[in-house]
Amino acid sequence: MSDSHTQDVGAHHGHTELGFIRKYIFSEDHKIIGIQFLFSGLIFLFLGGALALGVRIQLAWPNKDIPVLSNLFPHSWGHKMAPEFYTMLFSMHATVMIFFVIIPWLTGAFGNFLIPLMIGARDMAFPKLNMLSYWFMWPAFIILLASFFVDGGAAGAGWTSYPLLASINLAAPNSGMGQVLWLTSLLFVGISSMMGSVNYITTIINLRATGMTLNRMPLSVWAMFITAILQAMALPVLTVALILQLLDKTINTTFFLPPGGAPFGNWHTGPGGGQPLLWQHLFWFYSHPAVYIMILPAMGMVSDIIATFCRKPLFGYKPMVYSMVGIAGLGFIVWGHHMFQSGMDPRLGTGFMLATIMIALPSAVKTFNWLGTTWGANIQYTTAMLNALAFVSMFVIGGLSGIFMAATPVDVYFHDTYFIVAHIHYVLFMSSIFGIFAAIYFWFPKMFGRLMSERLGKIHFVLTFVFANCTFFPMHIIGIGGHPRRYADPTLYKFLEPLQGLNVFMTVCAILLGLTQLIFVVNFFLSLVWGKKADRNPWHSNSLEWSAPSPPPHGNFETEPVVYRGPYEYGHPDHNEDYLPQFDPSTVGRGTPVHAH
Amino acid sequence: MPVRDRGLWHHFDSLDHQADSNLLGMWVFLATELLVFGALFTGYSAYRWRYPAGFEAGSRHLNLLIGGVNTVVLLTSSLTMALAVRAASQGRQALLVRLLLATLFLGSAFLGLKAVEYRQDYLERLVPGLAFDRGAWQELHVNPNHVQLFLIFYYVMTGIHALHLTIGIGVLGILTLKASRGHFTPQYSAPVEMWGLYWHFVDIIWLFLLPLLYLVSTRTSFY
Repeated sequence: MSDSHTQDVGAHHGHTELGFIRKYIFSEDHKIIGIQFLFSGLIFLFLGGALALGVRIQLAWPNKDIPVLSNLFPHSWGHKMAPEFYTMLFSMHATVMIFFVIIPWLTGAFGNFLIPLMIGARDMAFPKLNMLSYWFMWPAFIILLASFFVDGGAAGAGWTSYPLLASINLAAPNSGMGQVLWLTSLLFVGISSMMGSVNYITTIINLRATGMTLNRMPLSVWAMFITAILQAMALPVLTVALILQLLDKTINTTFFLPPGGAPFGNWHTGPGGGQPLLWQHLFWFYSHPAVYIMILPAMGMVSDIIATFCRKPLFGYKPMVYSMVGIAGLGFIVWGHHMFQSGMDPRLGTGFMLATIMIALPSAVKTFNWLGTTWGANIQYTTAMLNALAFVSMFVIGGLSGIFMAATPVDVYFHDTYFIVAHIHYVLFMSSIFGIFAAIYFWFPKMFGRLMSERLGKIHFVLTFVFANCTFFPMHIIGIGGHPRRYADPTLYKFLEPLQGLNVFMTVCAILLGLTQLIFVVNFFLSLVWGKKADRNPWHSNSLEWSAPSPPPHGNFETEPVVYRGPYEYGHPDHNEDYLPQFDPSTVGRGTPVHAH
Repeated sequence: MPVRDRGLWHHFDSLDHQADSNLLGMWVFLATELLVFGALFTGYSAYRWRYPAGFEAGSRHLNLLIGGVNTVVLLTSSLTMALAVRAASQGRQALLVRLLLATLFLGSAFLGLKAVEYRQDYLERLVPGLAFDRGAWQELHVNPNHVQLFLIFYYVMTGIHALHLTIGIGVLGILTLKASRGHFTPQYSAPVEMWGLYWHFVDIIWLFLLPLLYLVSTRTSFY
């Protein structure tokens, strides 16, 4: 394609004539939509974090009158926190972090921003659908926030919302309107994600630039692709489950309600004939793959970041792709491991156990490939790289504790203890969030045309690393000690007395961890305005997005990009620079350009 | 390439490229839709396996005549839709409009008949919570809880199907308007083809709903 064609493209669409609202609010440009997801995720990160601190404060000092908080929430906090307020805190913490921070950040923000740039497309396949996928988040935001102010408070049946607790309006004060709004809010999130994944899959299959074969796609794109498939195939099941529970609660159907509960309020149609277990199957059929939705994109982005700062080709490109496919495939057949305690036939449990433990294989392939990439490398310890390395090391801890719980005999003991909480936070906070931080530091210059401060970034990284470990590692210990999750007041149990000191320690560290994130926010917003100007390729990286201006204009590339080689040609012996971008037309390490479509 | 083709978005190379992408997007969307109904079928199957007697008794009381006529109506609408796609790709504008209108009419007829059927179900006291006779089922030695479960699956599954059909009718209405203004050409007929896929998908779902809901019982009469 010639230059004149590209210019004509610009003229046709009238890039420059878009007003502020079309350009920044109701934007159809994938980069703006990605940045919108990034900002709303940042806001919800702090809401979710505040809820988590509420949980920690209650666990450390359950019977203390905390003046500020008891003045703010006189009814629910008072001199002693109401138990249903506590269950609301942890339920909404998980809901906000999973559905409003991590998934929108990974797929919404980075999926949107990176996919077209990395495969050399001018935009997503369906820009209007893309805009809708962001604006469908807003009803979800509003409904979720509104649910804090309804009678009984926001949902408090855990992020898993098991019936009967969640389904029967009178089962708990916040199982009424709060739960109805929770279900409605997640329905909107589901529709938003569905639109996103249809867009990502179509874009990656059909809009790759000339020469961008599947085997030349950066691992970030592979990860987003596999994640989008996971999302497209798993999410509809949650959507249906949400609709069914919503009907149970509003028009008194009995999909999940068993016979024998006549005294409860919304049950005037008489005893039901349903089974609560059906909800668990439908819910986990989505929510186990969701765990991989929350880690695979981070794995992909971290692979790209590690290769860039090791200045070495990524070790084992194809095994990396196959292992992600393996993780995703296995991810669909392991949901039952969340239900070992739900009255499952032990023979079925064994099957789920074996499938779950098998996920350790592809995960280990990935870990060893990351180690292999760093082996003997002259590593550049930038903030992005430090966060990426933290991702790898914390993922090992989170992965190993996962194997404990996959084994049915061990899980019988660990189930519903703080060991589970430790595991989920090592995987979701310590891995996914470090991956996201790495990605933000790495692609910030491409997003905003300025570099983030490395000095503040490194302070933020070190403090986060220390405080996060101090917060979450002792959870393993109190979990093995038998500390149950979701109990509002551990001091009521004598056998938990020796663990209370650790609870206090974790809470102090959690507060410090929360304060540390303010450094990140300061760095983010200061760099947005006063950061050092970034050129096109500040990290001397190889993939296509670095050939576009920083930040890229609408339509992304000035000339139609052509891809000549894979994305990991660092330190090529026949080349005088230590990196050889995919778009570099020199003949070194060059395959024949192949038409992608 | 000084002039871009009409209807071509800025980020596609050609109308063919755009049509390919639109069709692929629709296929991916239909795959997610399949899982929406898949989850409902799973829940239905689990309970049907657990309470066969109640499900059979409930099924026997549905109106197979209307269900059967509706199947014919919907399948015919798929035929007219397929012919409409062909007419669009051949550029036969007048035929395209007529076929789209026929599809619209048949789809609406399905919904109309469905509404009549729902009303009859109500009159026969087959609506749990609104009109449901627990005693009558007990006299038949069937657990009313299980019949009730069958019936709520019947309403939710046919209801979600009808919602999809309604959306389809709305979109066909827009396509018909555009077609009557000569919007579609043999080079640019992807929207018709894309929504044709959707229409067929909604039909196919009905082909699974019919046996699951109406035919699972052994019957002696049609109503």
